[in-house]
Amino acid sequence: MIVDLAITLAKVFFILAVTVGFFAPVLTWVERKQSAIMQDRIGANRADIMGFTALGLFHIIADAAKMFFKEDFIPDGANKVLHTLAPVIALVPALLTFAVIPFGGQYNLFGKEVNLVISDLDVGLLFVFAIASLATYGYVVAGWSSNNNWSLLGSMRTASQMVSYEVTLGLTIIGVLMVYGSMQLTQIGAAQENFWHWGFFLQPLGFFMFMTASIAENKRIPFDNPEAESELVAGYFTEYSGLKFGMFFMAEFIEIVTIAAIVTILFFGAWHIPFVTTATLLSIFDFLGTTGSNLVLMFIHVGVFFTKVLIFIFIQMTIRWSLPRFRYDQIMKLGWKILLPLALANIVVTGVVILALS
Amino acid sequence: MLESYTGAAILLFMSVAIAVGMLVATSVLGPKRKFADKMEPFECGESQIVSPYQRFSVKFYLVAVLFILFDIEAVFLFPWAIIYKQLGLFGLIEMVVFIVILGIGLMYVWVRGGLDWE
Repeated sequence: MIVDLAITLAKVFFILAVTVGFFAPVLTWVERKQSAIMQDRIGANRADIMGFTALGLFHIIADAAKMFFKEDFIPDGANKVLHTLAPVIALVPALLTFAVIPFGGQYNLFGKEVNLVISDLDVGLLFVFAIASLATYGYVVAGWSSNNNWSLLGSMRTASQMVSYEVTLGLTIIGVLMVYGSMQLTQIGAAQENFWHWGFFLQPLGFFMFMTASIAENKRIPFDNPEAESELVAGYFTEYSGLKFGMFFMAEFIEIVTIAAIVTILFFGAWHIPFVTTATLLSIFDFLGTTGSNLVLMFIHVGVFFTKVLIFIFIQMTIRWSLPRFRYDQIMKLGWKILLPLALANIVVTGVVILALS
Repeated sequence: MLESYTGAAILLFMSVAIAVGMLVATSVLGPKRKFADKMEPFECGESQIVSPYQRFSVKFYLVAVLFILFDIEAVFLFPWAIIYKQLGLFGLIEMVVFIVILGIGLMYVWVRGGLDWE
């Protein structure tokens, strides 16, 4: 019992260290540096410690310090309680979705089965959608409580964009659920040991629709109308400063990681290496004993999983710096008139194919 | 059954603690200088001309209503998708009927211009 609790705690700390401690700060730097490289600029390189710039990595520290010591500004006429609460409502769901995301398989360590997921729920994917959609409240409340025209316009756009794409997001993954017959993310991951059983080969259309809908759900370019800086100043977080603004920023970057992780699990074989089964890996490291070989396997799988996650983060960042912003009517048209009928058609076609093959 | 949520509960607690910690840190550490011009809501340098709390386009309301309809339909599809392989042909026919009805609803909204933004 105590051991189980200790293992769970270790996993929670690992996830928090990876998301809050590593991905969120480093991605702020990656975004600046990648844009600089893609636009042929030198980019973030000013912050230095004793003359060393380390490719601008010290900007992370400088940014964090700046956010901590900035004034916490609440405009006149704003609802103080809601204004303060909104970033919390936005950030907590972003972190909480990681509870069901497995970052590795099951390993036999010291005579104990260790499952590399914080909570192995059988409704895993539903949990992700349920929690992720709570974040909408954070953004809407942020805009509404600010007593600012730009904020309110931004939050109205956020609300209708996020709920529109939630419908599409829900419908696009139904094909995946039909193929694997489970909502448990660990089971979906385990079912993809064979390279040709990866979700991408079984649900290619599903992958592209899911990726599009989830980028729209995360309100990033080309779907960043809720915070379009050339029309709405900064949208729903116009009146936020300091760490409260930083929390919205963190939520966005953590959601990038979430999207990459879910895409990896659903469509790209989770923690599996193509053409190499778990049994093969175990037999290679057999000379280390049960715990030793399982430990090596665990590190390989976690490494493979996060490598795939990094690839999908890179793809999202590249999209962000490649495409111009869509108009709002185009975004709504894409969601309701293109993706929604396509997702429904995808469900029917998947159903017919599964039936024909069985 | 509830035991499987232990980890999620711990993560919830930790992430709320992180979020609240950040709120406290930013309100304690930052400077506090108040004067009338600064406390105005930002409107590109102007004083606020109109209050933001006015009527807004009915389109947003319409999207919210449509969302409830279609999201509930999507939720109906989830359990069906999980046991689809056991249901076989029966499941397919049932769901095609369901999706066709859903599609007619979507077509109706589409034709009546409910999905158009000018």
